[in-house]
Amino acid sequence: MSALRPDLAVIAANVAPGSRVLDVGCGDGALMAVLRDDRQVDARGMELDPANVAECVARGLSVMQGDADVDLVDYPDAAFDYAILSQTLQTTKRPDAVLDELLRVGRKAFVSFPNFAHWKVRASLMWHGRMPVTRLLPVAWYETPNIHHATVRDFLELVAARGLRVEGAWFLSGDRRIGDAAANWRAEHAVFLLSR
Amino acid sequence: MAAPLAVLQPIDSPLLLAQAGGVTAAELCLTNQTLVLPAPLLLDGGQSLASVEVAYETVGTLNPEKSNAILLFHALTMDQHVVSAHPKTGKPGWWSKSVGPGKVIDTSRFFVICANVLGGCMGTTGPASLAADGTRYAMRFPVITIRDMVRAQVALLDALGIEQVHAVVGGSMGGMQALSFAANWPERTRAVLVIASTARHSAQNIAFHEVGRQAIMADPKWKGGDYYGAGKGPEAGLAVARMAAHITYLSEAGLTDKFGRNLQDRAAKTFGFDADFQVESYLRHQGLSFTDRFDANSYLYITRAMDYFDLAEEHGGRLAEAFAGAKARVCLVSFDTDWLYPTAESRVIAHALNAAGAPVSFVELSAPYGHDSFLLDVPALDRVIAGFLNQ
Repeated sequence: MSALRPDLAVIAANVAPGSRVLDVGCGDGALMAVLRDDRQVDARGMELDPANVAECVARGLSVMQGDADVDLVDYPDAAFDYAILSQTLQTTKRPDAVLDELLRVGRKAFVSFPNFAHWKVRASLMWHGRMPVTRLLPVAWYETPNIHHATVRDFLELVAARGLRVEGAWFLSGDRRIGDAAANWRAEHAVFLLSR
Repeated sequence: MAAPLAVLQPIDSPLLLAQAGGVTAAELCLTNQTLVLPAPLLLDGGQSLASVEVAYETVGTLNPEKSNAILLFHALTMDQHVVSAHPKTGKPGWWSKSVGPGKVIDTSRFFVICANVLGGCMGTTGPASLAADGTRYAMRFPVITIRDMVRAQVALLDALGIEQVHAVVGGSMGGMQALSFAANWPERTRAVLVIASTARHSAQNIAFHEVGRQAIMADPKWKGGDYYGAGKGPEAGLAVARMAAHITYLSEAGLTDKFGRNLQDRAAKTFGFDADFQVESYLRHQGLSFTDRFDANSYLYITRAMDYFDLAEEHGGRLAEAFAGAKARVCLVSFDTDWLYPTAESRVIAHALNAAGAPVSFVELSAPYGHDSFLLDVPALDRVIAGFLNQ
């Protein structure tokens, strides 16, 4: 088993064994493969990039080529125990609508995203007056797929406005778990477990 | 029934294509095999056909557990010659690029079976076959459906003693057969691979086929279908049918790329109706060469079967119902330049399978060749096929 990206490892460790999961923006299927092999999860995926879908199919995974912004509507209500959106929210056209859809098709949703209020990002803006290019945000502003950056605080405000419940929150810095204190400054990366 | 069920009756003795000596099991290609179905075939149209012959080719070796078979369904104008050279044209088998030892469909692992469809003209019973009275069926042949074609091939699996295949695979009309197999015989395959296909023929699909059929039937040499024994029959009509259909297999960009407005062996337009343009010359050649290898009545019957295909209609109008019992893994592939069976058609199938809870994958691949991409060199397709089948 290959080592999972830290935010994916957090998700993998917190998915109930034997559950049904939809991984939206599943990439090459690394998380799905671990969920299937180690936690007996019935995992399905959605992915935009056809090369990634082909890779998933070659791993024996069931993945639909599709776009989180438009294709989630085709899934029935509560078809999954969990819907997962890792590192994808900030690339969608309407993160708020996608969040609603996630919690329609899944009873619970894992959402992970890079925190735009991390101190390095703030420093880049503060000292250089430039959009940051960091380890987690490696692409320049004009070609990045990340079109809706958010901070931990932004996200929590959206969650509250939508009447959603936070069932779990995990913060990462330098690929390691950190505590909740001053997370909006210290976390490079956040993972939330939400329910209605 | 007193008669033994599994009667394999080679009409021509199977022709061993690989050289004698040094033949590995994986290279073993047995063509010209024919099964006479032991029982009459009951058809969707209410009629039945007795003594149906099914001509088929196998590549590779069936393992002792009989668990490594792949049933490959061919498209409209193809036949059982997947790997072996076509007996009429001498050209390599239609998927010899992808089927063989170490290839995308690896016959060192799998035993590939491909049968000529019911209604065809390469050995399986069709309108050119002899009826019980010793004369050709011609238009007395019953109208058949895609499901009837599959029935004949399920009977072949029965005869071979294969309870469950590893996978059914098909592109275009082959994909329709794979879908019909998955919906009607869900226990008999573990995986279903459908390439560039659809769950129903659209009005546009039917319209193009109708142009072809009318071209055949308008040819005076068609004679109400009774042209056998009187030369080549409605060649001109069949050629036009092929020309019209061939356009639908290619993309506009592909045609432009290949021919543009280039003139054929001449410096200027002739102000006449010769094939001035390369694309005209190409189509005429495609049409004419088709008449050397295909029976016009078969073309009528097979295109009709495709037009009648509507998998949802067979299952109360809801496609998800068609797959209610589906447990097999399914993979659907479409091509971005295919306007005959566009991506939207594959998505409809994928959504129905999703709604039925089946483990389904769907991918749209980018390829410049239009519908025909499924037969051409598309490396991304090879990866998907091999990855999916090798599970």
